[in-house]
Amino acid sequence: MSMTEKHKKLEKNVTLLGVAAFATVTIGGIVEIAPLFWIDNTIEEVNGMRPYTPLEQAGRDIYVREGCYVCHSQMIRPFRDEVERYGHYSLAAESMYDHPFQWGSKRTGPDLARVGGRYSDEWHVQHLENPQSVVPESVMPQYGFLAETPLSVHDMSANLTALSRVGVPYSDEMIENADADMKAQANPMADTAGLSERYGDKVNLRDFDGKPQKLTEMDALIAYLQVLGTMVDVDAAAAQEELATEKGR
Amino acid sequence: MAEKRLDEATNTETVGHEWDGIEELNTPLPRWWLWTFYATIVFAVGYVIAYPAWPMISQGTEGVLGWTSRGELAREMDAARKQRSEVVAALARTPIERLDPESPLMRAAISGGAAAFRVNCVQCHGAGAAGSKGYPNLNDDDWLWGGDIKAIEYTLVHGIRQPDGEETRFSQMPAFGRDGILSGAEISDVTSFVRSLSGLEPTSAASQRGSALFEANCAVCHGSDGTGLREFGAPNLADAIWLYGSSRDDVTATITNSRYGMMPAWGERLDPVTVKMLAAYVHSLGGGEDFIEIAEDPEVEVDEAP
Repeated sequence: MSMTEKHKKLEKNVTLLGVAAFATVTIGGIVEIAPLFWIDNTIEEVNGMRPYTPLEQAGRDIYVREGCYVCHSQMIRPFRDEVERYGHYSLAAESMYDHPFQWGSKRTGPDLARVGGRYSDEWHVQHLENPQSVVPESVMPQYGFLAETPLSVHDMSANLTALSRVGVPYSDEMIENADADMKAQANPMADTAGLSERYGDKVNLRDFDGKPQKLTEMDALIAYLQVLGTMVDVDAAAAQEELATEKGR
Repeated sequence: MAEKRLDEATNTETVGHEWDGIEELNTPLPRWWLWTFYATIVFAVGYVIAYPAWPMISQGTEGVLGWTSRGELAREMDAARKQRSEVVAALARTPIERLDPESPLMRAAISGGAAAFRVNCVQCHGAGAAGSKGYPNLNDDDWLWGGDIKAIEYTLVHGIRQPDGEETRFSQMPAFGRDGILSGAEISDVTSFVRSLSGLEPTSAASQRGSALFEANCAVCHGSDGTGLREFGAPNLADAIWLYGSSRDDVTATITNSRYGMMPAWGERLDPVTVKMLAAYVHSLGGGEDFIEIAEDPEVEVDEAP
């Protein structure tokens, strides 16, 4: 029986064809996708990554809710034009606690992967309320209502629990104190010793939206924006050297 | 199953399939297409050997060429740095006030500054450096802290009102209304006077009363004639340029709550040559003033060593 005769069997038997097609796709998947889950260098080893604080996580949820990712990517590719404009290229490790990640695929606005610390909080408030007042050519919609809307999260502990189930290393203590931590981060009067202990000294502790007495969605969103791309010291000489010479990625 | 045979109408061979009397002609792929297809397979084999391709147990295959996208980026950045190195070195050793305005070095500095401006400054000062409410226009000749090239460089390096900066440009206008220094009626009078300085309002009884209040509260920074003082970044109130608006409401709000802007200390974020380039670019925009060197105190210059 020639090869074409054998192939006729497959062509004429839909179940057999289905099984064979599934086997082929499975092999492809095993070869291409599965190794990424066990290869060590898929996610770089870095210092400084921590889970988002509850306030930052709430801001991230607003970012997703408002569809910011439709126009803004969070992924600086390793090309000279991108690196000179946005800063050091993004590392996989920098979005390892993002569920889902916000890499995006469209840049109507600029990339935001390293926007943290680049502008003042006041700038962000003015820009979100009326983007055209600082960037006249901008086509971004106005998000002034965020400053008027009190931040209302039904149960931040539940959010953190859900994230911890998919691998974000929130400790029991973090989950327990989630609601208190969320309120404390943007309140200059609050006792933030616990928050700093849980999330580190580098956490931005201040009122973000210029209204210290109120916790608004603006506070949360700016807290999130101000931490983007700032956790890992990517410009350290050692990191640079290692990333540039690493093979087999 | 029918045997392979030639179709009568087209004289093309059939493939031999037959369903209910319907047969299929065997028209093979064009040869050029087929050979291109085989060529891509051969290319792919070579590509997999030469470049990183397959994820294995502990890492991906490296490829015999040892290429990485990050390594290539590092080489490209190095090449770009080398290409600029001559200009950068020349700029690094030339004090900014000694740059000859007509020299190629100055032209290089200005175009480098324009590029850096687009990355770092347009978000507040605007793409054309025309600024907006609260963010100064850099095209005009009205300067808060000085408009000669060295003053601009100083402002860039140390920023404005940076809380941690020792040498930052600093001043703070009191919130005359909020802090209860002036009453509402008095602020209204001062507003009238301030607006009369640039002819926005005619002189009136209110502006006369405001004049005395201005002399007592405002003149120490803005000057008796309201033309401002660069030492304190106090704006000129007698010209037609208004950073926070010239309407009665705007001026009243400014006096009541006080307003002042901030600028990052770029000396901490950018290298000195980029800051120099930015200063050269901003100075070149149209309102740049000439740098006038004030001779150092000769007493200090004397070398007292025997």
